[in-house]
Parts: sequence; structure tokens; C-alpha cells
Amino acid sequence: MDVLLNLSLNGLATGMLIFLLAAGLTLIFGLMDVLNFAHGGLFAWGAYSGIWIYSQTGSFFIGIFGAVLVGFILGILTEKWIIKPVYGNHVQQILITLGLMLVLSEMLKVIWGPNQISATPPSYLAGSWEIGGVIIIKYRLFIIFVGLLVFAAVQYMLSKTKIGLVVRAGVMNKEMVQALGINIKRVFMFVFMIGAGMAALSGVLLGPYSGVIHAEMGLEFAILAFIVVVIGGMGSFKGSLLAAALVGLSGSFMAYYVPDLALAANMLLMAIVLVFRPQGLFGMKG
Amino acid sequence: MSDLLKLDGIETYIGQYHILQGVSLEVKKGEVTVLLGRNGAGKTTTLRTIMGLNPASKGLITFKGEAIQKLPTYTVAKKGIGYVPEDQGIFAGLSVEENMKVAMQKDDAETRARMDYILDLFPDLKNFWKKPGGLLSGGQKQMLSIARAYINNNELLLIDEPSKGLAPIVVEKVMESIVQMKDRTTIVLVEQNFMMASTIGDRFYIIDDGRTVSNGHMKQLKQDTELRKKYLGIA
Repeated sequence: MDVLLNLSLNGLATGMLIFLLAAGLTLIFGLMDVLNFAHGGLFAWGAYSGIWIYSQTGSFFIGIFGAVLVGFILGILTEKWIIKPVYGNHVQQILITLGLMLVLSEMLKVIWGPNQISATPPSYLAGSWEIGGVIIIKYRLFIIFVGLLVFAAVQYMLSKTKIGLVVRAGVMNKEMVQALGINIKRVFMFVFMIGAGMAALSGVLLGPYSGVIHAEMGLEFAILAFIVVVIGGMGSFKGSLLAAALVGLSGSFMAYYVPDLALAANMLLMAIVLVFRPQGLFGMKG
Repeated sequence: MSDLLKLDGIETYIGQYHILQGVSLEVKKGEVTVLLGRNGAGKTTTLRTIMGLNPASKGLITFKGEAIQKLPTYTVAKKGIGYVPEDQGIFAGLSVEENMKVAMQKDDAETRARMDYILDLFPDLKNFWKKPGGLLSGGQKQMLSIARAYINNNELLLIDEPSKGLAPIVVEKVMESIVQMKDRTTIVLVEQNFMMASTIGDRFYIIDDGRTVSNGHMKQLKQDTELRKKYLGIA
């Protein structure tokens, strides 16, 4: 029983990290029709900058805040200088964002060196609780809590605020949003900023979770995030949460019971969804 | 009456295609100006060019005396031009209420009064207020699209083929509402249904092969069988 519970908690925690990364990706694709392969780079920058700030200040929460701020700034700069010139051209988007991904990863090595950096959770999040004979690792619960909190906050923003309405409308019909007097480019920048901030948050949370961060982590996690976006449905925020939980749980259970098939399981899950629902679990047809 | 909108020698390309090759027209304040012409003549592109969705490559567009042909679409809309596209442009996943909220640029007493007026005009929208826009019937979608364009204090509405694909009884309802709105705003209407267009239009322009080839008072066109035969294919 405790194995099942721990595997579930582990899977959900990983799922939340992937969700934070994938949610931005899916919103950026859904609204802006942009394939952002540099998203993993923003994630890695969040990890490095956040862990560095954490190590300098001794406060994990200042580290998290700093990482998100770095994500926001990098998001704005990326949208303004890299993405804007290639709107509407997927081939150019793939090439330029893949290039940016490499640049961002290499820049990490230039600034923080090529070796991996270790990261530990703060004392109040380290260790575990034992409840009814089951050991629950505090930091995993913390990640799940943060993931759900961000989901609730973004969901509230999307469903209850004017800017959220505009974002949802923009995903459906960009042209009409503009014809109603709304500057869609500002909305694009806002969404890109939020997406990059979430990616950076995911990165900084991953540090103490995995124990180490390294410059190539962005690419590794970006693959999982793309799988999640496809399973959940391009542009679907709720779909990302469900798909991330599925991918996290399947990864966790497979790694324990059939370790050789851990990554293949995610691919298989994606293939099954694509066969029966090509638009993804929550994606709209067309 | 003064010109609210003026197009002078407008040319527009869509990709490599030279769609508008010289459209000139004047829209008088308080009137309904109808753009007529065969399919593919350039009527929809004319409206899209006014909105900046297919920007003009040549010519001048003035709205209340100000050149707008280089402005982005959202600025054109904010100047006071509402747009009802051919496909209605409904946000399918948003409710009727949310569709209206996206469109509302202000939430003041005047806008609320306009909302009351529009809901009296289209009671169906009130009945389906919480229903997703994508689940509305064709006529209801058209009403929602017109309502959205009207909710702001727009001095000009561009309405593209409001009768397209609708049952005759629904067309009648939509057209009746446009007639009622005539007193409150200026309208440019693209319409294939000449009978309908001639009932509500004050002035007409015929567009053929991307050029304005004829214009005048609707009364003249009603009497001119030759002109109708030549450009519209109807007697």
C-alpha cells in the first residue's frame, strides 16, 4: 500500500512539474500558433537562476520568486526579438526556437560552468512524515500543492477575468479579437510571459526534487512537455493538467515495475490517444 | 449629409492575388450603403480592407476625416467601426455572455443601456445567455455577431452577408433588426439577396472584378433592369 501511495505521490509531483512546463507551451501554441522549442531553455534558466538566488540568499522562496521573474523577463525578450519576426511560419519558428534552446543551454554553461549543480530543499521542506505507517516525502507534497495552486490561479484568470476571456477568445479566433478592438499582440506577450514564468517555476522546483540541475535538463523535460501537450490537446489548459498527471503517474509506476519501458510507456500513451482522439483529450477538432 | 467613411482608389493584394484594383466609395452618415456584386467580386475584401485585416497596398481610407488605411485592426475598431464577418466570427467555446463581454470596451451606463436595447432586439440571446456560442443556430449566431459589433458606441457597422445560409424566416428577422438599427448607426452592408438589400439600403455600390463600377440611390437601381442584369445577373 505504501509503495502504491509513494509511487502515486512521486508520479503526481513529476506530473505537476511537467504540467507547469506544458501549460505555458500549450497556451503559447493555442493562442499564438507558435511552436516554441526554446521553452525547455526557459525552464533550465529558471532552475539555474532560482537555485543560484536560493544559494546566495538562503531563502528558497526568494529563489522561486527570482526564477519566475527571470522567466518573465526572458519570456518578454524571447517574444519580442525571437518569436515576433517569425509569426505564421512554423518552419522558421522551429529552427529559430531550436537555435535559441541551444544558445540558452550553452549560456548556462558559460555563466555557471559545465558541471551539474546540486540542490537540496530548505530544511522545512526536507524529510518526510509518517502517517499510518506510510512515509510521505514533504517536498513532493509541496510540488503537488504549488502545481495545483498555479492551476487554480491560471484557471481563475482564464475563466473569471477579462484578460482570461480575451486569451480564450484569441485561441479560438485571433482575427475576430482584433476586430473587436483588442490589441492581440499585447495579449500574445502577456501569455508568453506567463508561460515562461511557469516554465521557470517548474525548473526551480525541479532542482531540490531531483537533487541536481544541469544545462541539458531543458531538452529532457521539453520532450515530456510536448508529449503532454499532444495528449491533453493543443491549446487546452485543463487537458495539460490531466495529461501531465497521466504521464507522471505512468512514468513513476513503469519505472518501478518495468523500468526498461518507462519512456516507451509515455510514447505509447501518446500513440493511443492520437489513434482514438487525434485532437488530444481536451483539444477541439479542426 | 457628410461622409463618414471614404475609400479612394483602394487596391489590395491577398498573397499574390490582386483582389481590389480600385475601389472608391463614400458612406454617408445615417444611411445604409449596400455593396453589391457577383461572388468573388471583392465585396468581402473591401470590408476586410477597411478593418485592416487585409491592408490596402494603395489608396486612401478616411473615417471621420482621418486616414485609417495604415492603422492596425484593433485601432480601426476602437475608432468606432464594428465588424460582422461573413462567418460571424463567434467564439464557439465561450457563452453568449462571454462573447458579449469580450466585445465590451467599457462597462458604463451607456454600454449597459445598449445591452438592454440589443437584448430587446434579439430576445433569443437572453434565452441562451449561458449557452456556448458554438451551439447556437445559424440565425442566433448572426444575431450575436451583430450584437457584439453594436455593443460599443460604434458609429459605423460593417455587416457581411447577414442572410447567408439562413432560412428565409430567420433572414427576415435579422433584416428587421438591421432596419431598426438604422436609426441609431450607419451601416455598410454586403448582401447577395437583392430583394432584401433593396428594402433596407439607401445607397448602393456595385463592385465588379475588384473595382467599383456603379453607384447611386437604391431607387435608381430598382428601376435600372439593364444595370442589374449586367453586374448582378438578375432582371
